[in-house]
Amino acid sequence: MSSAAPPLIVRDVGKCFDGVVALDDVSLEVARSELFGLVGPDGGGKTTLFRILATLLLPDTGSATVLGLDVARDMWAIRSRVGYMPGRFSLYPDLSVEENLRFFASVFGTTLEEGYDLIAPIYRQIEPFRGRRAGALSGGMKQKLALSCALVHRPDILFLDEPTTGVDAVSRREFWDLLDSLRDSGLPILVSTPYMDEASRCDRVALMQQGRILAIDAPGAIGARFPDRLFAIRGRDRYAMLQALRGYPHAVSTFPFGDELHYSDSRTEADPDATASEVRGFLRSKGFADAEVAPIAAGIEDTFMALMGAPEAAA
Amino acid sequence: MTLAIDVHELTRRFGSFTAVDSITFHVDEGEVFGFLGANGAGKTTAIKMLIGLLAPTSGRASVAGFDVLTQAEQVRRHIGYMSQRFSLYDDLTVRENITLYGGIYGLSDAQIRERGDALIRDLQLGKAADERVSALPLGWKQKLAFSVAVLHQPAVVFLDEPTGGVDPITRRQFWEMIYAAAARGTTVFVTTHYLDEAEYCDRVSIMVDGRIAAMGTPDELKRGNDVATLDELFVRLARPDDGSGATAGPSAAPGRS
Repeated sequence: MSSAAPPLIVRDVGKCFDGVVALDDVSLEVARSELFGLVGPDGGGKTTLFRILATLLLPDTGSATVLGLDVARDMWAIRSRVGYMPGRFSLYPDLSVEENLRFFASVFGTTLEEGYDLIAPIYRQIEPFRGRRAGALSGGMKQKLALSCALVHRPDILFLDEPTTGVDAVSRREFWDLLDSLRDSGLPILVSTPYMDEASRCDRVALMQQGRILAIDAPGAIGARFPDRLFAIRGRDRYAMLQALRGYPHAVSTFPFGDELHYSDSRTEADPDATASEVRGFLRSKGFADAEVAPIAAGIEDTFMALMGAPEAAA
Repeated sequence: MTLAIDVHELTRRFGSFTAVDSITFHVDEGEVFGFLGANGAGKTTAIKMLIGLLAPTSGRASVAGFDVLTQAEQVRRHIGYMSQRFSLYDDLTVRENITLYGGIYGLSDAQIRERGDALIRDLQLGKAADERVSALPLGWKQKLAFSVAVLHQPAVVFLDEPTGGVDPITRRQFWEMIYAAAARGTTVFVTTHYLDEAEYCDRVSIMVDGRIAAMGTPDELKRGNDVATLDELFVRLARPDDGSGATAGPSAAPGRS
């Protein structure tokens, strides 16, 4: 392997379970110092891909190399050099914070002291609780301990499967600040997340659905793939407006978006300002006198939902 | 008009630790109330008291007109509850879960059949009705769990992080189900870590270290604290040591009387 080869290469990987396709021809590469995000719904194939890369599953078809090592042939060499944080809390709840760390270090033939400087920025935040049972930690502290355990043997690549699910907004932000500094130190990181604000902090993201990759791009560039014309709509009675818009002939979809609605319109050739005033006219005619409509650029969440192409309402 | 939830100086201590520190608020009938806070702020302890699973150390609270301490049984009969961690039995089928919970909530066999059929139709679960819940994708599980929690048409439904880990489309479908339930008159009390979802609530409170640090409509909170998003306010309240050190002034909690 030349030193320029990407630390992670996935080529045409496929995997089935009992006839159900979990991964369908998945290809991607992660570079050194790259924070690469996997975004997709539950059942999209993200966890299966992590398990293959962590050498816990073999692919049915295709190949993958981690740090130049083949996932099917070199599993033992890979395992000692990878840091893997599975989606489910995977620490020993009856061991203390420090005991968990020492255990994981010893499994990899090292010690907490040898790995200390790498994990220090994270571990220092939970060190005051080092005697506490891991099972008794808050969500944010558990994630920091799990990341410390995944890092203590100084891995050369990091796999994080939904590391922040169930963690509050402030702890999530702190966790991602840590990922930024690890990436800046040269570590390649593959991370999955259901949170679009986290996806936009990645260098590149792959949108995954039903085992396939829909798109790979920088988060800021993903929006250019949005297929329709997008508008932000403000007004007092958002839920009623949303229902009214679904009956509008040019509507593709309407979703609540924080304190706005994001409405997409099929008239991609028309002047956006003209369309905006037509939509505003429609809403006023339906009794929404305060409706404001403005054309906007699609973000990653808009694009992801459009590419997923699922029905907009549950019923 | 009866209040759906009425809480007065509710407090819970564990030894020397005060998990919930004299919180006072109310929720109107049919309102969607967002109960926000960082991990460990005291939300779950407060919810446990409101659904009659944990006795307050002091203060009082009523839910659907019943006192949580002295009428806990009545409270539980008039509420629905769904948590991210546990709500359905994985080893039972969709229909078996509906039958089980319908029975627990005291519905007749005919009601269970009728509402169960409607639920399966509305969620388009027809093909999966006789499959184990464990085989459903997370998003479907969560929508089913919500539908089961409101099967007996409770006065108030408590949702503890119902959308954790769920993809953006399913989260929005879930919120449409919440709106529909509120439109039918069910009061919704919901916690979430997604601050964009906080915008979908009629009013929100933000809990910090056992106390309610801010409460109001999303607009009131943003204007009163001069922030563009609730996320910004949340970070400022939850980590007061960071940034400007600003704290939310009295305008953060426009107390409604």
